[in-house]
Amino acid sequence: MELFVHGDYEVVRNPDLCIACRVCERQCANEVHWYDETAGKMKAYSDKCVNCHRCVCLCPTHALKIVKTDDTYKINANWNNATINEVYKQANSGGVLLSSMGNPKPYPVFWDKMLVNASQVTNPPIDPLREPMETKVWLGKRTVKIERDEKGRLKNTLAPQLELSVPVMFSAMSYGSISYNAHESLARAAEELGIYYNTGEGGLHKDFYKYGKNTIVQVASGRFGGFKGYLETAAAIEIKMGQGAKPGIGGHLPGAKINEDVSQTRMIPRGVDAISPAPHHDIYSIEDLRQLVYSLKEATEYKKPVIVKIAAVHNAAAIASGIARSGADIIAIDGFRGGTGAAPTRIRDNVGIPIELALASVDARLREEGIRDDVSIVVGGSIRSSADVVKAIALGADACYIGTAALLALGCPLCRSCHEGKCNWGIATQRPDLVKRLNPDIGYKRLVNLVTAWNHEIQEMMGGMGINSVEALRGNRLMLRGIGLTDTELSVLGIRYAGQSL
Amino acid sequence: MRIDARGMHFSALNEIVRSSADAEIEIDNCIGQRYIACGLSGKKITVNGTPGNALGAYLDGCDVTVRGDVQEATGDTMNAGCICVFGSAGDATGYAMRGGRIFVEGNVGYRCGIHMKAYKENKPAIVIGGKAGSFLGEYQAGGIIVVLGDGAEGSPVGNFCGTGMHGGEMYIRGDALPKTLPPQVKAERLERFPEGEAAQLVRQWCDAFGKESERYLSSPCFRLTPDSANPYKQMYTPN
Repeated sequence: MELFVHGDYEVVRNPDLCIACRVCERQCANEVHWYDETAGKMKAYSDKCVNCHRCVCLCPTHALKIVKTDDTYKINANWNNATINEVYKQANSGGVLLSSMGNPKPYPVFWDKMLVNASQVTNPPIDPLREPMETKVWLGKRTVKIERDEKGRLKNTLAPQLELSVPVMFSAMSYGSISYNAHESLARAAEELGIYYNTGEGGLHKDFYKYGKNTIVQVASGRFGGFKGYLETAAAIEIKMGQGAKPGIGGHLPGAKINEDVSQTRMIPRGVDAISPAPHHDIYSIEDLRQLVYSLKEATEYKKPVIVKIAAVHNAAAIASGIARSGADIIAIDGFRGGTGAAPTRIRDNVGIPIELALASVDARLREEGIRDDVSIVVGGSIRSSADVVKAIALGADACYIGTAALLALGCPLCRSCHEGKCNWGIATQRPDLVKRLNPDIGYKRLVNLVTAWNHEIQEMMGGMGINSVEALRGNRLMLRGIGLTDTELSVLGIRYAGQSL
Repeated sequence: MRIDARGMHFSALNEIVRSSADAEIEIDNCIGQRYIACGLSGKKITVNGTPGNALGAYLDGCDVTVRGDVQEATGDTMNAGCICVFGSAGDATGYAMRGGRIFVEGNVGYRCGIHMKAYKENKPAIVIGGKAGSFLGEYQAGGIIVVLGDGAEGSPVGNFCGTGMHGGEMYIRGDALPKTLPPQVKAERLERFPEGEAAQLVRQWCDAFGKESERYLSSPCFRLTPDSANPYKQMYTPN
């Protein structure tokens, strides 16, 4: 017996406006829309609808809208419709529930409970349109030993650095999880913006080696696509220990998604499952991590910063302290709202902690131990706006990773169905007919627009605080006040309550 | 060139090895220096002594000979070349190897050949003269592992051999089937090593260490391959 599970959304078609042009039918990879020849009109299987809004956007007469279904079980605050449906789906199939993109549950968003300061009277604000405002940041170790050569001249002992024109980078999304055109858009935007994009653990497509100086390559537990040329091309190397959307588990790209191009890039045969184990089996300790960090540095002659990326988990501060001592140049922390191309629902929605709390505790811990300058900190896992960036920097971050926001700029409607591989917007799919819907010439410009706009806003907010460089905002928690937070939350965030003066 | 590594830090030693124009390099008195030959290509390197962890990591086409034992993570993510060990090797030998050869005269530790993979002309191989520790070929996705089992009583491999294996093949010499083989791994008993890649690798190993190949080739062995009828697949339900 298979219980029917009603879809979450319903397609509503205005019969007065629909001209039965069948655009919706052609656009929908989920095969929701169909033309009933006998009746001479368009119909829809709403149960297949993922609410990606492709048909709504492309309908020439605006005859379509998608509404949340009002079909309901008996109202129950404990057993709500979604919870009941999940039980039915698992009882029907015996399967692990699989979801995509970031945790959608109504957990508190601490960014929205922090307010930014501004100067009044005693310390003048700065107008970024008329005065210099520095948003350039450098990522890497800032500890240097002063050494002089025999003639007394200073020797350059600075560790390799990444130079960012804006404290924002595109976070790791592999070729395989997203399309060729999405990768091209990210790479070109990173080059134009003077920032970096990240290959994820899927190798680097041969066409994109030319963007190497704006590329961060990832080395994860499956070590896909990693070889000398890959490491050498990149500006930095990221060791992926964990991901905010699925801390503690690995990845599994099913063989069906490994087409010829993905196979070449990952350097694995076509159609064979690509399994990334949960741990790196050569890393069971900080000492082992140090070994991988240094083997990568040796292989690239100490010319590139090494990033270690972890998911935000309960002991993030202690782990980060270990990473800072492992020789890594940069720590990336990914919060529990970070996106993913596919993750078990239960893991995505229940494992990990918010990035705001993880960042505050990591920064505080590294400062307490006097090793904050040994590493830069990059945070991701739902940075949604320039205000989030400003707050993150004030909490102690050097820069932010954006993934979901970047995909939104490319047209992603956040329908959270990437795991189906049928993205109607050409982003999270490998189907050639769908991929070509994303035009990289337009996509990269939209990404450039987004980051440029955020940069203006960051400058405005900094100017308002009377701060003229990102360096002076970093870790400046006096620029933040909490609202609607408990004493414990304030103490973890290391900020005072709104209305409390110094 | 010849380098005396006594008392030398690994970064100094490796800098000399990297920047040397010589195609042949011999390192004497090696005592635990890590990352030797890391990512290198086109050199012939001989190490006398005991190199430290991650010897030949990301190796891209060197010939490395070690007269002594090697420690952990030898040939990690190696791409091409050959590492020949006149002794035994530690844990995680050949982790995520994509190409080239590792020949070990003696035994290897835990997790040898874990996540080995193959792609087109890149097909890695590990040949072990003695025994292998637990988790041999865990997550193996491609390539070939041969265990010759010199000095072993019973099976020359430890527990959980081939856990997560989903590609490639293993040859385990001897009459004893590895304990605790997962159901997704198929074991086929052969009267002798079959001609082809496996036999060729055994001959190359014998040439390297001066052994008589027929003694090994004529023994019965088990060939382990992933059972495609029973693959690793978690059943997912879209949500």
